[in-house]
Amino acid sequence: MIFFEFAKRNIRLHWLRSLLAVIGITIGVVAITSMGILGNSLVLSISNTLTSVGDTIVITPHTSFQNFGGGSSTSGISERDVEQIRRSSGSNAVIPVYAGGDRIAIGRDVGAATIYGLDPKDIPLLLEVVNGTYIRSSSGVMVGSRIAEEFNLKLGSQITIGSDDATAVRVVGILKERGVGFDINPDFGIIASDQWFSERYGVSSYDQVIVKVKNLDEIDRVKSAIEEKLNRRETTVNVLDTRAILEGILSAFNQIKIFTTAIGGISLIVAGVSIFNVMMMSVTERTKEIGVIRSIGTQKSEVLKMFLDEAIILGLIGSLVGGVLSFAGGYAVSQIMLQTTEYLFVPSSLINILYGMLFGVVTSLLSGIYPAWKAANLNPIEALRHE
Amino acid sequence: MSGGGEGRTPIITFDHVTKVYSLPAGDVVALNDVSMDVLPGEFIAVMGPSGSGKSTMLNLIGCLDVPTSGKVFIKGHDIRTMADTDLTRLRRDHIGFVFQQFNLLPLLNVVENVEFPLILKCGRKECGLKAYEVIRAVGLEEGLDTHTPSELSGGQQQRVAIARALVNDPDIIICDEPTGNLDSKSGATIMEVLASMNQRGKTIIVVTHDPKIAAFARRTLELLDGRIV
Ligand SMILES: Nc1ncnc2c1ncn2[C@@H]1O[C@H](COP(=O)(O)OP(=O)(O)OP(=O)(O)O)[C@@H](O)[C@H]1O
Ligand SMILES: [Mg+2]
Repeated sequence: MIFFEFAKRNIRLHWLRSLLAVIGITIGVVAITSMGILGNSLVLSISNTLTSVGDTIVITPHTSFQNFGGGSSTSGISERDVEQIRRSSGSNAVIPVYAGGDRIAIGRDVGAATIYGLDPKDIPLLLEVVNGTYIRSSSGVMVGSRIAEEFNLKLGSQITIGSDDATAVRVVGILKERGVGFDINPDFGIIASDQWFSERYGVSSYDQVIVKVKNLDEIDRVKSAIEEKLNRRETTVNVLDTRAILEGILSAFNQIKIFTTAIGGISLIVAGVSIFNVMMMSVTERTKEIGVIRSIGTQKSEVLKMFLDEAIILGLIGSLVGGVLSFAGGYAVSQIMLQTTEYLFVPSSLINILYGMLFGVVTSLLSGIYPAWKAANLNPIEALRHE
Repeated sequence: MSGGGEGRTPIITFDHVTKVYSLPAGDVVALNDVSMDVLPGEFIAVMGPSGSGKSTMLNLIGCLDVPTSGKVFIKGHDIRTMADTDLTRLRRDHIGFVFQQFNLLPLLNVVENVEFPLILKCGRKECGLKAYEVIRAVGLEEGLDTHTPSELSGGQQQRVAIARALVNDPDIIICDEPTGNLDSKSGATIMEVLASMNQRGKTIIVVTHDPKIAAFARRTLELLDGRIV
């Protein structure tokens, strides 16, 4: 422990350059850790959102430039196409969806909302009610949780939809919050019956068809069956499944994470070089001292330990400060970017702090090895003669 | 116990020792076929002109170096056959070093400097001699115990260095020009301290250029061009 004491005093004596080395380690640890935390939180929040839409195939009309000017014929998915999809999907639920945006007014408040038209039979397959009931006929609507909050909607509230030929509807149910999905986003939306929607807007083709696949393994089969039926001659629909989308997003995130971790790694290398530098200076300056302690009976291994202690102390301080900072930083960034810190307090996020600190200490230790080895193996006689 | 009686086993033996330093400009023979015995309790002065091999001889006695040819026995051990760890342990437990430049550790205060070899030997301060007792024995005033070396005079630093050399109760104390950086008065007091340690049975070997210093010893070795004359 005398060697530890030695290391401590030497660091205190050369506090400025020790501080610089510590700052280097701290930056490296913070970079690695906060990137890890942020990446993990992002992945968690995205996958959390996406699990609610689970194994879903979403079919949307294919729009190409040729079709744009070509009139209204191909702007949606027709009843006949839906029938084809039903046939391709076997026993899985097929849910055709009308969707559109419109102005809404609640009392004096005006705004805009996405309005979905769904067959009342299908709604329970897709959405959950927390308050009130599902719609049974064309008279009522259900509203998403966020829009309900924003306009202070209650069961029985009246919403006026449209600006010119406005129609009034009554809220019969409030939906459970669902998060961002790839099929529909009901949190800010109003759900009406398909009958009401097609009468109100005079449309007959659907904007989206959702297929809920019961068995995961069926996804690919169902997907290709639909594509084969509808896209045989020309591409009329896009068929996406959420699992593939999810995987795509996660792999993109993982790539970002690798990149940012690499940046953190580089800063740790820089920090390691600076510790190496500090240690080499220390060895050179203290050559005579090393000669003295070696000649009065200090073993090589003890000299080694003394210098490694110094590197470890620097690394530990840098890593501890870095750990604390990256926790605080992770908290701040989560709060700002994800509006929640719930993904910070999970083991898979917190473990990043441990990893980061471990990297910091290991880097310092590695950078200390050569200088310490050099110090331990100095020839005592030559070291004694050193001025 | 005092003096080096005849017929006792030597504590140091040089048997046809040659030390050659290989330099790019050619070999330097620092010691040339030196043979000698030192008995326990002797007080020896080593004299000779600069470059005659005095420090080289002391480094061999101090197990800091090994001979190019010939054999050096310290307490019966042939130092050329020993591993570095064992040589280091031999230095720690049986040899005390006193240097011309005092060589105290600047990061440690007086007591800590003296305790250092104790801690090396047993991992803690409480073993063998008490650091304070040794510091008193070399005649350092009490008020200086917690001072750092840079706050002491040369004579005071050398006393601390001698205390450090004594604290593990070594058999041999080697001093390379211990008074070289001191005025003649503090030089003489340092020699008195060493002489009193010799009274207590320590084998002492002092390298010096100064005949007045050499007069404290009971035997003088003259080196010239790496040979004893
Ligand atoms: N490490 C070394 N490498 C090369 N040559 C050396 C080394 N140490 C000593 N020598 C040479 O060996 C010879 C004896 O040196 P040594 O230091 O023993 O002399 P010394 O008697 O102690 O002299 P001084 O009174 O000046 O201290 C000298 O010629 C010196 O140049
Ligand atoms: Mg010399």
